[in-house]
Amino acid sequence: MQKTSAQAGAKKTALKPHGKTLGRRILESWQLYALLLIPVVITIIYKYVPMYGIQIAFRDYKPSRSFFGSEWVGWDWFERFFTAPNFKRMIVNTVKLSLFGLLWSFPVPILLSLAINQLRFKKYKRVVQTVLYAPHFISIMVVCGMIRIFLSPYGGLINLLIGQQIDFMTVPEAFRTIYIASGIWQDAGWGTIIYLATLSAVDPALYEAAKIDGASMFQRILNIDIPELTPMIILQLIMSASGIMSVGFEKVFLLQTDLNKATSDVIAVYVYEQGILDHAYSYSTAIGLFNTVINIILLIIVNQIAKKTADVSFV
Amino acid sequence: MKKDKKSVGLSDRASDIVLVVLCTVIMLIIAYPLYYVLVASVSDPYDVYAGKTFLLPSQFTVEGYVRVFQNSDLLRGFFNSVLYTVVGTIYSLVTVYITAYPLSRKDLPGRKWISIFFIITMYFGGGLIPTYLVAKNTGLLGNMWALFLPGGVGMGNVIIVRNFFENNVPHELVEAAQIDGADDFTVFLRVIVPLSRSIMAVIVVFSMVAFWNDWFTALIYLNEAQYPFPLVMRGIVISTEALSKMTSGMSYAEANRIGELVKYASMIVAAAPMLAIYPFVQKYFEQGFMSGAVKG
Repeated sequence: MQKTSAQAGAKKTALKPHGKTLGRRILESWQLYALLLIPVVITIIYKYVPMYGIQIAFRDYKPSRSFFGSEWVGWDWFERFFTAPNFKRMIVNTVKLSLFGLLWSFPVPILLSLAINQLRFKKYKRVVQTVLYAPHFISIMVVCGMIRIFLSPYGGLINLLIGQQIDFMTVPEAFRTIYIASGIWQDAGWGTIIYLATLSAVDPALYEAAKIDGASMFQRILNIDIPELTPMIILQLIMSASGIMSVGFEKVFLLQTDLNKATSDVIAVYVYEQGILDHAYSYSTAIGLFNTVINIILLIIVNQIAKKTADVSFV
Repeated sequence: MKKDKKSVGLSDRASDIVLVVLCTVIMLIIAYPLYYVLVASVSDPYDVYAGKTFLLPSQFTVEGYVRVFQNSDLLRGFFNSVLYTVVGTIYSLVTVYITAYPLSRKDLPGRKWISIFFIITMYFGGGLIPTYLVAKNTGLLGNMWALFLPGGVGMGNVIIVRNFFENNVPHELVEAAQIDGADDFTVFLRVIVPLSRSIMAVIVVFSMVAFWNDWFTALIYLNEAQYPFPLVMRGIVISTEALSKMTSGMSYAEANRIGELVKYASMIVAAAPMLAIYPFVQKYFEQGFMSGAVKG
């Protein structure tokens, strides 16, 4: 009898920790804080200290001094960037590459997931998904290697298929198409996951009712699936739109050649060249900061538009 | 399924056929480039040039693979990659778990603020150079840990795991253990960890893929002798420096032949391990992404 009441008491405290004072609760949770100790330290050092270090964008940073020990130069680095010889080209290339990339790549996972969701043979559906996810697990290095080999004028797959000997990697007009098409190949399948997960939450009774009413597959997609997906589509659009200024650096870097720079010269590569190769730390940081600020502004704008038009918002 | 015969009209059957044809074509578009690389990696390069390997290998050879593993740079890169993948995956799994568990405990004082502290890092960062400078000042240049520490804690994975702990681990089990006098460490190690094997498999695969495929972090922080496989491969498939070094002293035709074989074979060596493992955890992807998307 005594034992059960002790158990009940223990259960009560376990269920209602709020009955204790805050100090007592903090003390009792010390093991949870201990688990968090290492992640917090790593995050402070490698995430928050660099954020604090952004101020070197306004200073003339010398490696011998600390982040805040260098001379304050205000907007000098930004002015230098705005007057750099390739400034306009870099902005235009960056915006075009990601904007066209977004326009072409965004609808593909949606269409794919609408089709996959209608597949009724479970095993076949699984095979389709397995194949479609595959390119996502391949390194960008391999993808870019494949692109270069396939587009090679000497026995490259594409040239063999069209019976030509074009060196596509040296053609500025081809760069965006290569970048965007390979991006769709690699990530469209992976992009279906979020939509398929949303569609799997649709009540099957809805489909049954539609079938009884004589709705065809196309009508079911149009009247059930698409409305179900709309909030998720808008959410994904907001997230993509806010990244307009950040193109995938790694791929551009690996696909850039001296001859296609007219279209492949983008801000992210410039940040890398100036910062890591030329050690222009402050200048590079200033360009990166400029990029981030534009992205944040875009996120806010798109979020506002989405809020007003569709009553969906992300932040 | 029960009333298939009745409800599936002709138009539905026709749509099914159209769908299957469509999906098969899409699968071929996705899979064919990879298949072509595999075929070319075991074929005579001059037959590849001549377009004789669209469907099947021609003059089967494994010389490309032999050359890849005979080359000291590529071999070292391969073992570097294995090391980074193993250590990185352990680092990632441990940090994700020890972050996700306390954040999943609704009774943790200050939980909201600690969550915000971590989640901010998903949206804002110091950028390339400030992060590089901190890594440099903490002695990470030329150090393997430069591949892991500057990335911090993988917050995408933390959210997936935290939501799994909140939604899929029965609360009664945790309470029962607490009543039996288990402290938080014991609950974590004896209840939470064993009950979360499925999501652990997903995190392991995601981390393995990320570290196996990473090359840019290594390019910034590591020395050439420490380069992982994809970065050594860059000198073969993107530029040709490593390739010319490998084939120096050979006749032009031989150098060309070896070069092509090594290009295709190294791409397969880089891609195959990850392509072999992801199907095992594929069924958890939707679940993971959904729980990750619901609450950010």
